[in-house]
Amino acid sequence: MSSTPSLQPLAKIERRALIESVEKGRRIDGRSPDEYRPVEIEAGVIPKAEGSAQVKLGKTKVLVGVKIDVGEPFPDTPDQGVLTVNAELVPLASPTFEPGPPDENAIELARVVDRGIRESGALDLQKLCIIPGSKVIVVFVDIYVLDHDGNLIDASALAALAALLNARMKKYELKKDEVVFKDKYEPLPVLNRPIAITTAKIGNALIVDPCLDEEYVMDARLTVTVDDGGRIRAMQKGGLGTITLKEIEAIIDMALKKSQELRKKVMEAVEQHE
Amino acid sequence: MSSYNKVEAPKKLIKNGLRVDGRKPEELRPIKMEVGVLDKADGSAYVEHGRNKILVAVYGPREAHPKHIALPDRAALRCRYHMAPFSTEERRSPAPSRRDMELSKVIREALEPSILTQLYPRTTIDVFIEILQSDGGTRCAGITGASLALADAGIPLKDMVAACAVGKVDGKLVLDLNDLEDKYGEADMPIALMPNTGKITLLQMDGDLSTEEFNTAIEMAVEACKKIGQMQRESIRRKYLQGDKIA
Repeated sequence: MSSTPSLQPLAKIERRALIESVEKGRRIDGRSPDEYRPVEIEAGVIPKAEGSAQVKLGKTKVLVGVKIDVGEPFPDTPDQGVLTVNAELVPLASPTFEPGPPDENAIELARVVDRGIRESGALDLQKLCIIPGSKVIVVFVDIYVLDHDGNLIDASALAALAALLNARMKKYELKKDEVVFKDKYEPLPVLNRPIAITTAKIGNALIVDPCLDEEYVMDARLTVTVDDGGRIRAMQKGGLGTITLKEIEAIIDMALKKSQELRKKVMEAVEQHE
Repeated sequence: MSSYNKVEAPKKLIKNGLRVDGRKPEELRPIKMEVGVLDKADGSAYVEHGRNKILVAVYGPREAHPKHIALPDRAALRCRYHMAPFSTEERRSPAPSRRDMELSKVIREALEPSILTQLYPRTTIDVFIEILQSDGGTRCAGITGASLALADAGIPLKDMVAACAVGKVDGKLVLDLNDLEDKYGEADMPIALMPNTGKITLLQMDGDLSTEEFNTAIEMAVEACKKIGQMQRESIRRKYLQGDKIA
């Protein structure tokens, strides 16, 4: 059952000051409303994983590992590989994270990242089929939040994309219905590069890439996932407040603009590692 | 899915300008609403939206259990979206799925802006949504029903919340997707709206839309939500103003 989260530990006076200054166009860390925090992307940080990447978004830190295996396809998609995305809010990342099975926040995070990848056709699942109906490649994307200073969705989506681009799978041969894996590797069939951009609404202001203090006071957030061609592939509203049609329009514009810079950064990080 | 329950994918989702269930692109499915259908609940509603059959109960404001979930300055809203094991083609496990958990969260966030929770600090308001039969668009019909049940419970609301999905099938924007259209279409976008203020309380999307398509789609959904909001109003009137002179 989903329950209203308790108020974040922020003094009322601090809360009010934060909101008032954001409404005047000044953010707590000195950024302008449409300014993203500095992004650092490092690919291949976990060599044992088939693909990996760490993203620092200001002080937020997210690690994504990709593991690859063979398995059975889902019965309703016998000719497609399997993609599963999971997120762990690791207790070391925040005083509010607790050990245990994923809570609704972790599940929402994983499912929003999953939708961006799946709906944009980022992974060519058809190419990941080995024998229709019985053997396919299974790709596990595991999101590991290491330090939580806000905007986990964007940081996780960036890290997941970088890790998929960084991943290498074994080449194989079919010998009479037997799959023989070789010691040669090739990249995963990545066809699209979706980027998630989250904008928060605080009072009457819209700010991109909210940090944790801003998330504490936001009314609502809207994540827009944009593909290579500037088309919208996924959206998710969050938070206890509302948004208007006009605000949505501005948020989409923001996403279209910001996604291009970020996509470039992912590609640079992935190429640098090669 | 076993072969027993398999449903063949339709070759075309739009034929001669009509959809798989015979509707026009901008046509809603038939909707029935009734409030006060359960005896024990403080508020309740039953919604039939096309082939969706949904029962909602509201309990509260009541004492918070366990105590630690209580909030000092307002009521905690709790929400459970759940699908009955027999509500889909193939039986589903009654244990809450990851999907159910995400939907419980977004539905709570869709209802919360409409409720004056500050009036009832340290209590809970519990919303239970049971999908008895599903055919696409259950989260939207669930929200529509939940808002009715909240009103039926006498909980002070700023506005109703009405919800409807819009999407794209065979390259065309269509209103209120059914299950087949959701599964085999190109985009699905559920929206919840407070009809009087025009404020959006839920927005999700998956699929493929250009910004122009998005703008048209959201307008279609907003109009539909307003219509559904009108039906909500009428169903409350039917229960509380029947035989009464004030209309």
